[in-house]
Amino acid sequence: MAIRICAGVFDPYQEIQAYQSTNLENSGAIGATSIFIGTMRDFNEGDAVKGMTLEHYPGMTEKQLEKIVTEARQQWHIIDTLIVHRVGKILPAESIVLVAVWTSHRGDAFDASRYIMDALKSKVPFWKKELLITEDERWIVENTDGYKCKRN
Amino acid sequence: MLMSIKVRYFASLKESIGRQEDILDFKELSTVNEIWRQANPGKPLPANTLAAVNMDYVELDSSVKDGDEVAFFPPVTGG
Repeated sequence: MAIRICAGVFDPYQEIQAYQSTNLENSGAIGATSIFIGTMRDFNEGDAVKGMTLEHYPGMTEKQLEKIVTEARQQWHIIDTLIVHRVGKILPAESIVLVAVWTSHRGDAFDASRYIMDALKSKVPFWKKELLITEDERWIVENTDGYKCKRN
Repeated sequence: MLMSIKVRYFASLKESIGRQEDILDFKELSTVNEIWRQANPGKPLPANTLAAVNMDYVELDSSVKDGDEVAFFPPVTGG
């Protein structure tokens, strides 16, 4: 299991290859690999976007990702996982996130991968600020059903 | 004895209040809500703000003890 927060450009395919050749657990039992890669678009909500800054809460980010992987492992038979997430300044077409899940059977790989990605989007403390081609900046507001704590 | 609490703010909330961190001293056990009020007098906690203590999500009425790190931030938008 590996979690990596990455301040520079990363190549998700190289990450997978490097992980598979060095760290992968119990590789003989693997029958399915599910890979999700999130990439930055050059448009959002009808506007052309030329860049983005991803802020995060160091420490809490890793802690929440570990928790999500643990929850996934309780629900599906997972052999191994690799999560890489970008922070800092990002340009269109660059990778933002990689979630790779190795299992014996495809159902577990598909389901666990989706669970990890959905939970990441709603619970892990990352925030995106877009830079439009007009030079205006704007924070992305809740692009998913975010985790809600109860109001008092 | 005084309790010392570190308060952190992130993203748009950090920009709107103009600070990324406060160190507050309390004489008695406090709650997350009370920490916001002390750190930001007269400014209501913006709707949808999330709170964490020691990097775990908490409810706003959760208690806070000496040495805790409390964080306030808007809904997350990673991935």
